[in-house]
Amino acid sequence: MTPSGSDVRLLTDPFDPAHELGAFTRVHPEAGGVVSFLGQVRAGDEVEALELQHYEPLTLPAMKDLAERVRKRWELEGLLVIHRSGVMEPGDPIVLVAAAARHRRDAFAAADYAMDHLKSESWFWKREKADGEWRWIEPRAQDFEDIARWG
Amino acid sequence: MHARAELVSSGEKNSLSVKLVFLGRLEDLAGGSSRKVPLAPSIDAVLDGLDPALASALREPRVKLAVNGILLQDTDAPVLKDGDEIAFLPPVSGG
Repeated sequence: MTPSGSDVRLLTDPFDPAHELGAFTRVHPEAGGVVSFLGQVRAGDEVEALELQHYEPLTLPAMKDLAERVRKRWELEGLLVIHRSGVMEPGDPIVLVAAAARHRRDAFAAADYAMDHLKSESWFWKREKADGEWRWIEPRAQDFEDIARWG
Repeated sequence: MHARAELVSSGEKNSLSVKLVFLGRLEDLAGGSSRKVPLAPSIDAVLDGLDPALASALREPRVKLAVNGILLQDTDAPVLKDGDEIAFLPPVSGG
């Protein structure tokens, strides 16, 4: 990764968010602030496992397009977007977004915008396993309301 | 002569086809994540060759289509060719 570029990855294996965030902040010492968001599989709700399915020709290219849009909208030193695909268990990291900026407002807004758009627009299909049965998850109305905030 | 006979038989084996890819809940309806079907000139013609219940699920307005990784607009009606990949994309459930 070049210091000025965006690091956008779609992973089919588990990742270590602390390690990734550490590496990201080290390559952006000029940033005055780094805002990160980590999404993980929620425990409880009797969910035993979560599976995210992606479609190779669309999913990563769309994540990269989103990163480009974020970079154009805010003044950032760096942007990190890591998203899991495949089967995960409660507590497993799903998504890590980090925005590094000279000023914290840009970093907060960029991370928030990236997450809202990842949640509502990304090419992922999700199913949950409970009581040994897999069930596909439909889109949430809240995700569309979140994205509408950005106009 | 021998080589020619082989060509013909391998032509039979690899008859012209398109690959259908089913994402999300469509995978369950189709009974698998992908399948090869004989080449037909249009997506409509391909759908006509499927089980009617599956075809009608694939024709739902909320299901988007991509041909060879390019998302189709509502009015697009591409002419299919051998080896094309058609993906059926139900509404995404978010990351």
